[in-house]
Amino acid sequence: MLHMFKWKTDEFSWVDFTIDVLRILIVLAIVVGSWNTLSEGRISFAQWVNLFIAGLSQGSIYALIALGYTLVYGILLMINFAHGEVFMAGAFSTVFLAEALNRTGFLNQSPVLAILLMILFAGLVSMTVAILLERIAYRPLRGSPRLVPLITAIGASFFLQYTFRGLYGSGFKAYPQVKILQGALQIGSINIPTVQIFVFVSALVLMFGLYWLVERSRIGKAMRAVSENKEVARLMGIDIDWVILFTFGVGGFLAGSAGVINGMFRPQGVNFFMGFIPGIKAFTAAVLGGIGNIPGAMLGGLFLGVIEAIGPNLVLAGLGIPGANQLKDVIAFTMLVLVLIFRPQGILGERLSEKKA
Amino acid sequence: MKRLFLLFTVFGLLVTFGAPALADAHCMDELGCVEVGPDEPIVIGAMLSVSGATSFYGEDSRGGVELAILGRDGMLLGRDIEFVVEDSLCSAEGGQAAAQRMAADETIVGIIGTTCSGAAQGALPIISEAGMIMISPSNTSPSLTNDDRDAGGTYLPGYFRTAHNDLFQGALGARFAVEVLKVGSLATIHDGDPYTEGLAVVMANTFAGLNGEVVFQGAVSKGDTDMSAILTEIAASGPDIVYFPVFVPESEFIASQLVNTPGLEEALMMTADGSFSATFAQNTGDAAVGIYMTGPHVSGDAYDAFLEMWREEIDEAGPPSGFHAHAYDGANLLMDAVEAVAEEMDDGTLVIGRQALRDALSSVEAYDGLTGSLTCQSASPYAGDCATGDALAVFSITEAEVAEGNWPPPIVWTPSMASGG
Repeated sequence: MLHMFKWKTDEFSWVDFTIDVLRILIVLAIVVGSWNTLSEGRISFAQWVNLFIAGLSQGSIYALIALGYTLVYGILLMINFAHGEVFMAGAFSTVFLAEALNRTGFLNQSPVLAILLMILFAGLVSMTVAILLERIAYRPLRGSPRLVPLITAIGASFFLQYTFRGLYGSGFKAYPQVKILQGALQIGSINIPTVQIFVFVSALVLMFGLYWLVERSRIGKAMRAVSENKEVARLMGIDIDWVILFTFGVGGFLAGSAGVINGMFRPQGVNFFMGFIPGIKAFTAAVLGGIGNIPGAMLGGLFLGVIEAIGPNLVLAGLGIPGANQLKDVIAFTMLVLVLIFRPQGILGERLSEKKA
Repeated sequence: MKRLFLLFTVFGLLVTFGAPALADAHCMDELGCVEVGPDEPIVIGAMLSVSGATSFYGEDSRGGVELAILGRDGMLLGRDIEFVVEDSLCSAEGGQAAAQRMAADETIVGIIGTTCSGAAQGALPIISEAGMIMISPSNTSPSLTNDDRDAGGTYLPGYFRTAHNDLFQGALGARFAVEVLKVGSLATIHDGDPYTEGLAVVMANTFAGLNGEVVFQGAVSKGDTDMSAILTEIAASGPDIVYFPVFVPESEFIASQLVNTPGLEEALMMTADGSFSATFAQNTGDAAVGIYMTGPHVSGDAYDAFLEMWREEIDEAGPPSGFHAHAYDGANLLMDAVEAVAEEMDDGTLVIGRQALRDALSSVEAYDGLTGSLTCQSASPYAGDCATGDALAVFSITEAEVAEGNWPPPIVWTPSMASGG
């Protein structure tokens, strides 16, 4: 926070001046754009609410993936760039299970059981991939300079992509439709699609589960201890290797279940490359919330999803920028820059920045 | 010592620069020649998208070329034909990389490709500069055959295509919407690719020219899965028909989310040959029923025989997309041109002039191909266009395509029906 007020005490600096001008310009653009759009009134209130809820659903999927980044960073201070591929592994593998369940009719006969089964299966596949990743690719490099595991992660990411392409082919697959999730819930003039409620609620349940695991369980206590100080934790009799492996497993399970939830929400586009963009977005979400901070990743994910859904129509269209929706990613990453300018440690990242940065 | 050094230098220079000049003595062509030794094969190249999301197009075209070669028993002018495929992906970078590898190989007489218009924009400058020719079976962007740089044209000599120009495809879609569906307002979505953008623009312009109202023109980006933002914006404009000539899976996301967007439940949908695959209908699910689609349509006895051969030689399931016949015609045009211009030297070497090849292709007239009568034009905006746009149709997706995997869908309209009615 000190940095923000530097100009008051220090002498004039071009860098600070430029950043201040940038801040003012961005805030001005957002205000002017939103004002223009809202005063034009092309999009109704109900439509804004729909966009908001769709953004919330998309955001909760980002959040589930982001938790994997943040858990690993919290413990190892490393960015696991192959985490998007862990997500893909679960989502891509489970599409075949989903097709089989659909063919036998089980999917629509007892949808709750079928979806639970799919989430469990995807979770286990992703968990296995994440654990193997840690054991084979990262553990031998523990203790080496921080750049080394990062580069390894990128290599592992390619390895996983093309392994799965070899396994399942390069074509696109889609999750079957679940009848029970099709309709919509009507509240006044607002229609909320059932599937979006499902996405949001199941993501909340998983996040709550994680919170309980980390804050209340024995292994959670061990995770927090390892994150605090590995050496002291080892002296207390904690098996560090096992805790780290467990952390990767938990992150993998969340990513895999996100794969199925995503498949219910956006059924198409399942292929070997599907983890790349969600991976980058989730990483952005984790940084937005303050990397290493668990509630931060959840909040960052939801925030990013909503900004992406509303931003193009609210800000860019209002500024008269053509092809506003093509610039959705620009909005997302501008938000990242913006947050980093105003709060370099991320939304909830204060504690961490004092401790580790 | 000094004199010896000078001698070596002169000798070295002679070897490096003089020898090829001597060897080329019998090549009179201004762009140089391809020389095929007495026992060497004639090499045909291809730059196709054979990996990734659009690989089904590449495989489709590759099969067409292979059957064309097989149709001549793998022989041309008494030599074996060698077929080399490079992956050009579906991007300008991929096209550029593939073109560089092609241009580095002096034995290649001509190239079939690229698959995507975007890749052609990366490849064409290199291929044209190298004096080579490329015949695309599936590029449809109007900019590729337009040499007006101010209008976004990217044509360069050496470019030919047997695929239809999107000036035809976009216009067909617009005429179908206005004359048959009798809709009054249109929204278009592209994804920034020159192919999709070109098609959206042609559609919108033709639609407006037929007194239709274009209420929304927007874009998404490749890789987007959540289309709710743009669909909400479109719903606010209230179009009768939404046209999204983008690739899979973006088109699948748009179609399946559009039917659930409040305000668009009644809107008609139309897409184009970028989504022309059986998996489009299956992956989109129930939302796909009733979608109109413009795409390549080839028929006739010769084509049936071709399909028969495909099932025997390549794949029991038949071609995966709709540009195999275009590739077959393209490969035959190339091989005919090679036959016409190749000269056999006394030592049995074949000499094929590169400019002569270009001229031979430019002068193709009323060639009777699988895709209809081909005449290669040389005036912009159709420079290098060999197809007329007659081998196009409007399809409509039904239950059978979604549930049973039937492909292609039934035809609801063709250009000949247009001129008839």
